[in-house]
Amino acid sequence: MSNATVSVSIPRLTERGRVTQARVVLSEWTKFVSLRSTRWSLGVGSLLTIAFPILFAVVTASRWSHMSAGDRAGRHPLDIALAGVNVAQLAIAVLGVLVITGEYSTGMIRSSLIAVPKRLPVLWAKLAVFGTVSFVLMIPLVLIAFFASQAILSRHHILQISFGDPGVARSLLGGALFVTLVGIFALGIGSIVRSTAGGIATFAGVFFVLPPLMNVLPTNWNNAISKYLPSDAGRQLFSLHHGAHSLSPLGGGLLMLGYCAVAVAVAAVLLVHRDT
Amino acid sequence: MEETKFVLTAEARAVIRGYGQIMIEATKLTKDYGEKRAVNDISFTVRPGIVTGFLGPNGSGKSTTMRLILGLDAPTAGDVRVNGKHYRDHASPLHEVGALLEARSVHTGRSAYNHLLALAQTQGIPRRRVNELIDLVGLHEVARKRAGQFSLGMGQRLGIATALLGDPATVMLDEPVNGLDPEGVHWIRNLLKQLAAEGRTVFVSSHLMSEMALTADHLIVIGRGRLIADMSVDEFVQKASGALVRVRSPEATRLRELVLGPHVSVASSESGVIEVEGLTAEQIGEIAASHKIVLHELTPVQASLEEAFMELTRDEVEFKPVESGVTEREELAA
Repeated sequence: MSNATVSVSIPRLTERGRVTQARVVLSEWTKFVSLRSTRWSLGVGSLLTIAFPILFAVVTASRWSHMSAGDRAGRHPLDIALAGVNVAQLAIAVLGVLVITGEYSTGMIRSSLIAVPKRLPVLWAKLAVFGTVSFVLMIPLVLIAFFASQAILSRHHILQISFGDPGVARSLLGGALFVTLVGIFALGIGSIVRSTAGGIATFAGVFFVLPPLMNVLPTNWNNAISKYLPSDAGRQLFSLHHGAHSLSPLGGGLLMLGYCAVAVAVAAVLLVHRDT
Repeated sequence: MEETKFVLTAEARAVIRGYGQIMIEATKLTKDYGEKRAVNDISFTVRPGIVTGFLGPNGSGKSTTMRLILGLDAPTAGDVRVNGKHYRDHASPLHEVGALLEARSVHTGRSAYNHLLALAQTQGIPRRRVNELIDLVGLHEVARKRAGQFSLGMGQRLGIATALLGDPATVMLDEPVNGLDPEGVHWIRNLLKQLAAEGRTVFVSSHLMSEMALTADHLIVIGRGRLIADMSVDEFVQKASGALVRVRSPEATRLRELVLGPHVSVASSESGVIEVEGLTAEQIGEIAASHKIVLHELTPVQASLEEAFMELTRDEVEFKPVESGVTEREELAA
């Protein structure tokens, strides 16, 4: 039966390459840039990061003459410059979840793990590509947000701050880092729950539902616990005010990094051991 | 001068083409999903140079076995190796096994070209190879379209291109003709035969016996996760057909009395025709000759492959839909 008419010519492949981490990173880069969801999330995240500071700067400047002294004292130029970061984190987190759950919902994960059956290089490559893109994109965005909002405020001679002032560069860098870490945490969550809806819901629960829930607790409990939540700890990276009930920028940043490490570690163990 | 004809074995062809030792070897392979035993203690070897059909009713464990071979699922017990190693331990996996799974395995938002490119890049397969395969499977026109817009047949062609990306020594296709038009089905049959002729190991699953009859040389048959048969297509038909011989004779009634015995049964569907089970055509012919009975027809009746399959899997088909959760599992996961 095997001496059939041969009508298909299959080209041969002369080279025989091995799977390497660098090659898997290149593959993940191709996957990342070839999806609309990537462009949408990054586009929306970028827009929010810049648009909110500009909007807040315009509103603050126009309302300044009507504001009370206390109101004016409560304004800080960095809060305005980084106003977009709090919103952009959601767009980046959704993308972080999608980077991995998009593969599970479409079945692409099977192709990915057949190509890279050791599995872990896929997770590391996704983290590297997504983390690098988020950080490299956020740096110019927070700088644009800072200088744009300052330019608007300076025309009204209010709320002036220099990039060289203490804590300013650190806060801006921290804002970019915060968004990146939030995205990585979301990617870890997505990899654990393996469903887009579940991943986004879990992320939103931890970052947006848990913190206000703490207000139900007695105040001293709330003060003791809240600062250790990922959202509060991470926010210290770009926050200028560090009260008695918040961690230092370094402490908060390290704790946020720890949350990311735990999420990624659990994701890695499950990726290797679960059936796909 | 006498002409010498060299006949190469499949293994020899495989070595010449640089594939080395290529085969799939399953040993006491078992997989449970919760309470349900999807694959039950099966052992088999899939050899190079021929098309091996993997046959069984829907939900019999074919797809699960293929997932176990690829390391997508871990076996509950037993072991399966591809080309001498666990699939996971191969340095260039796509060069070892090219697989088409029954379940969708393509991101719907990505173009066929980028899908293939991303997979190729994991092991340094050049970009030109991606273009070659897109041309080979006839997807050139739609290669830049999102795969989510593909028809079932186009998706299947993309799956074939994915499977052949690494010029694999072993090709494993789960229900490859599903959703293809007659032309596509014909194309797949030729492709499978050619891949085998090149010395590769070709392992193709189907629940359609008729499809296997046209392409496979060897059959591995499973039902309810158990191995039912592992033999050549010819053997399979012989084993399942009970050596039935049809005899047409004006003295059919007299012949019937003569051939009847402890291991021989005779049936008759029309007058003048008897169907004898338990004797060969030669034996019946000799009995007739010795009694000077005229025969108008003496035909050994071979069961069709389809009948053989039905016969062998009759007890293995799962009638309760509740228990056939193996293929459904994929939809739940998706």
